[in-house]
Amino acid sequence: MSTTTAGRVEAAPPKRKKVSDRARAERRLGWLLCAPAVIVMLLVTAYPIVNAFVLSLQRADLRFPDANKFIGFDNYGTVLSSSLWWDDVFHTLLITVVSVGIELVLGMLLALVMHRAIFGRGTVRTSILIPYGIVTVVAAFSWRYAWSLDSGWIPGLLGIKTDPLAQTGWSYVAIIITEVWKTTPFMALLLLAGLALVPDELHEAAKVDGANAFQRFFRITVPLIKPAILVALLFRTLDAFRIFDSVFILTAGQNNTETVSILGYNQLLNRLNLGLGSAISVLIFLLVAAIAFVFIKGFGTSLAAQRGET
Amino acid sequence: MRRRGLVLSTLAVLATSLVAAGCGGGNGKGPAQLNFYVFPEPSGSFEKAAKTCSQQSNGAYSITVNTLPSDADGQRQQLVRRLSAKDSSIDIIGMDVIWTAEFAQAGWIKPWTGARAAQVTQGTLPVPIKTATYKGRLWGAPANSNTQLLWYRKDLVKTPPKTWAQMLAMSAALNKQGKPHIIEVQGRQYEGLTVWFNSLNASAGGSIIGPTGNVTLGPPATRAATIMKTLASGPAADPGLSQAQEDQARLGFESGNAAFEVNYPFVWPSAQENAPKIFKNMGFAPWPGVNPGQPARVTIGGINFGVGGYTKHPNEAYAAAACLRNRDNQKLYALKGGLPPTLNALYNDPALAKPYPFKDLIRQQLNTASIRPQSPAYADISLAISKGLSPPDAINPPTIVSSLTSQLKKAQDSGALL
Repeated sequence: MSTTTAGRVEAAPPKRKKVSDRARAERRLGWLLCAPAVIVMLLVTAYPIVNAFVLSLQRADLRFPDANKFIGFDNYGTVLSSSLWWDDVFHTLLITVVSVGIELVLGMLLALVMHRAIFGRGTVRTSILIPYGIVTVVAAFSWRYAWSLDSGWIPGLLGIKTDPLAQTGWSYVAIIITEVWKTTPFMALLLLAGLALVPDELHEAAKVDGANAFQRFFRITVPLIKPAILVALLFRTLDAFRIFDSVFILTAGQNNTETVSILGYNQLLNRLNLGLGSAISVLIFLLVAAIAFVFIKGFGTSLAAQRGET
Repeated sequence: MRRRGLVLSTLAVLATSLVAAGCGGGNGKGPAQLNFYVFPEPSGSFEKAAKTCSQQSNGAYSITVNTLPSDADGQRQQLVRRLSAKDSSIDIIGMDVIWTAEFAQAGWIKPWTGARAAQVTQGTLPVPIKTATYKGRLWGAPANSNTQLLWYRKDLVKTPPKTWAQMLAMSAALNKQGKPHIIEVQGRQYEGLTVWFNSLNASAGGSIIGPTGNVTLGPPATRAATIMKTLASGPAADPGLSQAQEDQARLGFESGNAAFEVNYPFVWPSAQENAPKIFKNMGFAPWPGVNPGQPARVTIGGINFGVGGYTKHPNEAYAAAACLRNRDNQKLYALKGGLPPTLNALYNDPALAKPYPFKDLIRQQLNTASIRPQSPAYADISLAISKGLSPPDAINPPTIVSSLTSQLKKAQDSGALL
């Protein structure tokens, strides 16, 4: 609202002073109108983040309220020197890398199908998106029942005789399949947005030059939708690194499938150890920020290069 | 002008609604509204008892039953989250026996003293009273108790085993004959695994935490771990052992593949309904011991009724909690819900004989029962034990005492990751 007014203002230079008063008033009104939202945002995001950081510097255990004291970075020392934390970081990275990798390949295939579908386009797109519309906990429960030895269809299909969710290898397979099944549509949607931007003329020209489908995909489509791919990978990596619900339902972190989020949850909600739990939360936040930084660094330059080329 | 009118009228509406909300709290006039938080008991016996007590109070209080989540971890999570925020709407709490020390230490429940304490301990079995006692004070009214028994197939086993060694030998013999031979236990990494270990360790003469908070694991713990490992890595193990909770064990026994099962009495009516063929040959016996000739010291379960530390109606809450666990209501819980009573006299009541053919066995086991460590850090202690023993087939008995001891020391001190 205020920007359009400002635009109009600049178009009429003679009455500059008088109008700039009005513009200032407009701007002030703009800030006043934004203020409630900004304050609420600060309350609900900045306050918890700052509070978590403050708590992470204390020995704060709800069960021993009298023993609370400031201990500096001791909680971070405890977490970072614990083998459990590094095991969990490894488990989380394993799940993240494998599931996001599979999602990228499958998501690309689905995006191509959605992009190229000639008839029943709406139906195809809707049916592909259904898993993404299902609540993660519900999806995870349905997979847990599918893997259960008593009632599930998967153990019978694969000829597994002992409970797969009691074994590390199968547990990872189950978790990754659940993640992939659930979030591939999201990946596909982001990639589809990228595909829509590739001009058909380029493909037609390449076809005339005798390029086959693979060449056209890897030489034309992929370079052109690289920004979309990187955005999709960034979003999914950030999400996958914070994985909680699927693991919580499928294994609850048993048989070496505990992720960093489950570790934090255990400290906070089961042990009521706010100090250690907050330290873990802050560390997860830092890791997520680092992942985002690496992606944006890499993807920022490639986006610029992309712009220079086209 | 118009704007101010709008603001004023909005404020007026807000103010009246606040006043109205304040009046709804019921201060002074009318019965005190008490919220009773307890685990979901499918037969509805808690609701029935709450109604009876509210009526008998002659308008002093009115109890509303609020059900907690069905799993013990979820129940505790909701309660501690709200109590640590000083929630005054929690008046009466159905507390698992393992929560006493934690809740008492943090000030989340009020102690029972003088005549009130006498009222709820009179005629009550001693071990249930001990579960509600912490640092010499009573923190809850023992409401019902629980203990595991040994269930076995009379068509496969002539005389039930007296020790775990005998049971393992019988299972091996049945296996050789190609008959059902599995021993159903609780092997998943959760509270049930801690219970199994605690019962074995106590039966072998050991303890986990001493009176001063020191870790007291020793040779009995090695024997307990050896039994767990032998069972889990041998033919007696159910294929799903490392995921088995009480319900999986029950289903395993009802499926007919098992010869033995250690579990709570709820399996008896369940088998009667779901597996009549198995039920026909279902026998019960004392939980097997570890030392020959010595009875087992089985872990005690059950709940005590505590009074919320921040309740606005403490007097009514004490009275209501006492009513909710009186003789009539304990009988109701036992007959309708299958929950073993804590009042000694009820075990002589002939009405209990039919649904509870094993009532004398339960009382006998309750009198020799072992208590899980009474520590404010119990949740951590249990987590350390169940993590250290999971999966049971991977236990290394020679090093178990040292590894569990170091984990337990960490668990007791809030400065370690678990």
